[in-house]
Amino acid sequence: MKNQILTLILVLAASVVNAAPDGAALFHQHCAVCHGDDGKGGVGVPLSLTSFINSVSDEYLRTTIRLGRPGRIMPAFPALSDAQVNALVEHMRGWSDAPTVTHNTEPVKGDAKRGEQLFAKYCEQCHGENGKGGTGTGVTFSRKRELPIIAPALNNSGFLAAATDTMIKDTLIYGREGTPMTSSLVTGLSETDIDDLVSYIRSFEAQPHDSAEDEVMPAVIVAESPYTVEETIENLKAAITDQNFTLIRTDYVEHGFVEEGKENKKQVVLHFCNFNFLFQALAIDPRVGVFLPCRVTVTEQDGKVQVATINPMLLSGLFNNDELKEACREMTGIYEAIIEDAVL
Amino acid sequence: MMARLVVLIALLVSSLSVVANPFAAVFASNLIMARSHEKFPEAMLTLQSSIKEHGYTVARVQRIDIGLTGMGFKTDKYRVVFVGKKDEIQYLTKKYPELTPYMPPKVSIFAEDEDTVAVTVNPAVYKDMIDDEEDRRIFDRWENDVYSVFKDFSEAAEN
Ligand code: HEC
Ligand code: HEC
Repeated sequence: MKNQILTLILVLAASVVNAAPDGAALFHQHCAVCHGDDGKGGVGVPLSLTSFINSVSDEYLRTTIRLGRPGRIMPAFPALSDAQVNALVEHMRGWSDAPTVTHNTEPVKGDAKRGEQLFAKYCEQCHGENGKGGTGTGVTFSRKRELPIIAPALNNSGFLAAATDTMIKDTLIYGREGTPMTSSLVTGLSETDIDDLVSYIRSFEAQPHDSAEDEVMPAVIVAESPYTVEETIENLKAAITDQNFTLIRTDYVEHGFVEEGKENKKQVVLHFCNFNFLFQALAIDPRVGVFLPCRVTVTEQDGKVQVATINPMLLSGLFNNDELKEACREMTGIYEAIIEDAVL
Repeated sequence: MMARLVVLIALLVSSLSVVANPFAAVFASNLIMARSHEKFPEAMLTLQSSIKEHGYTVARVQRIDIGLTGMGFKTDKYRVVFVGKKDEIQYLTKKYPELTPYMPPKVSIFAEDEDTVAVTVNPAVYKDMIDDEEDRRIFDRWENDVYSVFKDFSEAAEN
């Protein structure tokens, strides 16, 4: 009997634990990698600044976690339970003692056309054309940039779904102390101007700039070479130099897995780089190192010689980062040119 | 120009197509990331020993930061670690030459202030490049192992 009661208590205790997920642990697991455990930012923006956390509602945080910011690095977390999302919000609330704000959903009425002009004049230098957001990632621990904190995208479906008009209006009125986002009143704008700006930002909803590219892409760029492996390698080396890239080294796919000299000589990798390009790519998103330095592989199988590279166009989707698109398009052109030169 | 290239249509299924409905988006799982409160050299050691404990070989550690400091990058602590199991890499690249540009898989590791961050592509992304059910399981194992290694990595400073 005693044993049964004990078991019952244990079972109950376990279910209590289940009912209240550990917000700090969840934050460490899902968010800290970008925002830091203390919320000070990293690849992600700072979250623990009182000027931020005191000025956003629970609903704003919940919706942001659910939807993320498509194309702006911040992932969506559709798989977390409501209880987990609430625990995360609760955890973030621990960064401040201030009472939690709420924002009503009343639309702010303004002149979006006028707002557009004001935006170009007062906001675009940081938030980018059409509010597409600043360049780079969260804060600048490892990267030197003009702004200490990236200006978030405002034409993003995740942001627009999370933010009410009154929240946007408050952000403009009060600014965010400790960040480059200053109060628009201090900048000299009137409340009418602010209403017009809010209406303009809301108008992005009609055509949010998201990465919504349903396009299915090939995983690799590949071509057959009419030459031998050795000839193809020589051609590639010349083509790499022609594209102003530096060959770092040539080795085998099996390098490091088998004894040196015993590698399969029919699977060759040419590693190459261009430091300007590398720097640019890392400044946009430090995580892209996973695909650096650039490589092209030459393989021979059943008498067929194949030259292949990854398809850089996949990366912006992989990294949920639209800003990588341009660099990736450029890289795709370079890979194609190198391969084409080598197999012609 | 593209006409000259035989573009291999290894279709990447759901995990790469950015879905219009944000609720269906699965960005979170395309990349696996972890943060460690260890400084770079210690974090690097933790990462490599966990990789080895999980039965994988560290085939190479590549610096990609040469010249970065001079260009305004505040960290010179940036490495790419090439990881795999010999038999699996040999088997996969032989059977699926189109996977070769992605093999062996890599983990990038870089310092961020006092912390260290590790990033890798979710092996599920490679899994979607092939059809054979049996072979796809290799990537399921890799995925589990990445989560386990990254757990070691992110919890190291707490021990
Ligand atoms: C892969 C990196 C990454 C991860 C993981 C991540 N975020 Fe973010 N987060 C970002 C970035 C980058 C932004 C800024 C987006 C922009 O610039 O438009 C952001 C924005 C936000 C915002 C909006 C901030 C503002 O100023 O309005 C909140 C809130 C937020 N994240 C919370 C979280 C929470 C909670 C988690 C974990 C469940 C999380 N994030 C996981 C990168 C990340
Ligand atoms: C000097 C650069 C700069 C200028 C100019 C600027 N902002 Fe910002 N803005 C930022 C930064 C940085 C943030 C993020 C602050 C933070 O980390 O909490 C921000 C945040 C915001 C946010 C909240 C977004 C979010 O995801 O939390 C809104 C809305 C906003 N700005 C609108 C505007 C408007 C409208 C203007 C023009 C009147 C403007 N900003 C001018 C840099 C700027």
